[in-house]
Amino acid sequence: MAPETSTSVSAAPLSLDRGHGLELLRQMLLIRRFEEKSAELYTLGKIQGFLHLYIGEEAVAAGAIQALTSDDAVVSTYREHGHALMRGVPAGAVMAEMYGKANGCSRGRGGSMHLFDASRRFYGGNAIVSGGLPLAVGLALADSLQNRKRVTACLFGDGAVAEGEFHESLNLAALWRLPVLFLCENNRYAMGTAIERHQARTDIQAKAASYGIPAEAVDGMDVLEVERAARRAADAVRSGDGPYFLEARTYRFRAHSMYDAELYRKKAEVEKWKERDPILLFGDRLRELGWLSEDDLRKIEAAVAAIVAEAVAFAEAGAWEPLEDLTKDVYTPVAG
Amino acid sequence: MTTTTYREAIRSALREALRVDPRVFLMGEDVGRYGGAYACSRGLIEEFGPERVRDTPLSESTFVGAGIGAALGGLRPIVEIMTVNFSLLALDQIVNNAATLRHMSGGQFSVPLVVRMATGAGRRLAAQHSHSLEVWYAHIPGIKVLAPATVADARGMLLAALREPDPVFIFEHAMLYPLEGALDDAAGPADIVHAAVRRPGRDATLVTYGGSLTKTLAAAEQLATEGIEAEVIDLRTLRPLDMPTVLASVTKTHRAVIVDEGWRTCSLAAEISAQIMERAFYDLDAPVARVCSAEVPMPYAGHLEDAALPQTDKIVRAVREVLESHV
Repeated sequence: MAPETSTSVSAAPLSLDRGHGLELLRQMLLIRRFEEKSAELYTLGKIQGFLHLYIGEEAVAAGAIQALTSDDAVVSTYREHGHALMRGVPAGAVMAEMYGKANGCSRGRGGSMHLFDASRRFYGGNAIVSGGLPLAVGLALADSLQNRKRVTACLFGDGAVAEGEFHESLNLAALWRLPVLFLCENNRYAMGTAIERHQARTDIQAKAASYGIPAEAVDGMDVLEVERAARRAADAVRSGDGPYFLEARTYRFRAHSMYDAELYRKKAEVEKWKERDPILLFGDRLRELGWLSEDDLRKIEAAVAAIVAEAVAFAEAGAWEPLEDLTKDVYTPVAG
Repeated sequence: MTTTTYREAIRSALREALRVDPRVFLMGEDVGRYGGAYACSRGLIEEFGPERVRDTPLSESTFVGAGIGAALGGLRPIVEIMTVNFSLLALDQIVNNAATLRHMSGGQFSVPLVVRMATGAGRRLAAQHSHSLEVWYAHIPGIKVLAPATVADARGMLLAALREPDPVFIFEHAMLYPLEGALDDAAGPADIVHAAVRRPGRDATLVTYGGSLTKTLAAAEQLATEGIEAEVIDLRTLRPLDMPTVLASVTKTHRAVIVDEGWRTCSLAAEISAQIMERAFYDLDAPVARVCSAEVPMPYAGHLEDAALPQTDKIVRAVREVLESHV
């Protein structure tokens, strides 16, 4: 089933030029190739635990995180490799974290599901579905009380919509007019349960609208549409109008995690969605504009491959956290 | 020194914290216009305004989570949860976020959050408002757990909690709010590292905390009339436990009774008993005894509730039995 698209697409303050177009393509390809490599390393046992791939959903992270400044905050989910990379967390630090190495972005304490980067205001990596929403509300409350014009972008999936914390958080953010950009990545499945089987009403943005939050749904396979909507949303949030809600309708091409046998959906459904692969769609658009030659694509692929190779080398070279530090960072060390 | 109540002592600490630190704000159900379910914040909204004395919807998980987020964002939130049974709605945020963020991020984030809540039985409020679940919290690495049992600690421990870089949970026994005691209004933060010997003695060590301290001290006084001198230790901080103070006393008295309003199974009393066994086994002259709550959801009827809880006569009896017992 093709996603329904936004009901209102206003003229957006985004002028696509060739440079920006190629950069969006490069970013989506970085996520894709990084994750393909991650899946390979998982089968080799280099990466363990859960590994939730984002493949198919790249346009959401690549489009939306463009709209944020370095002062803004990102609260994410356990399917967050793409979010972290787009936020600027170095690929090597992400890969090393998945290896469990001390040079990982969470010193090997978090793994794939718990990527953190204080310097980039990247607050995880939350593996309790909907658990990040209250944190985002609190971060935004801190900004609001300290008169800082910052946006807290909170990403979560359609599964989170069934949780109480989703409704509590939307209500509180709307009640207190807090600067939160709620971004629902609706990939149509809460693990293996299709949205029609977990939501009485599947139009998610309508739930946000019912709290009085400006809400819209966008085609999550169209990186430009996501970016335009995210810029519109971030501008509204930054101007002090309270929260904003975006639902990006997207699709996960790979299994929920590496353990998932995908018994709950038909291959034909996946294949149909792959026709709307965000990278292929955007590549075609760039070609139509005459901005992407085969040589351009080769160069981008080579540059991305080099980043991924460097990330793997960085992870391989990383040290293991010494065992004597097992209980480090449970409490904050106090001077004196 | 003035005589005041436990409730007023908490209010004086809240007021001082709001006055001296612009990062501090209080948030919870009915803390503002209502003045707090236990009146601990009465008048504060008038003095500090609704931004800093903030009424919340009945959304425990989200306002505790928002406290965590606000702490990450540079503020010093004090979150009030009306009662420990309601805190169960926020356990996700407490266990999965507050306690984990520092470790899970490899030490990048600290969560300087203070959460206060009422705990304990005695008010005929039955099985959804009366439990003592402090031990559930004391189980969790990454947080600290305090249980003020005196008027001075009610103020001093809250001020101390606000100096901690990590999440601190304060359990205020609901029966203590009207308790009267001496308070130095200028007293600063209390020591939250050490347990306190509230009554010295040589014959047995009584270990307790929170709402059971008064009952335990009354038991010790009664025993004194029989010539038995019990030492009473108020744990004060339930995580991390100050076991050296407990062990020093047991090494002296050779007998221990633990009084804990939690259910006996997997209780704090069980933990303390295990640690005494591990670390002072050869100093014991009798098995460690426990006086805990009966294993029943708290009943409403007064005679049943009283029977379910540790009481002075039960403590006296337990101490006598321990003194009569020999290994």
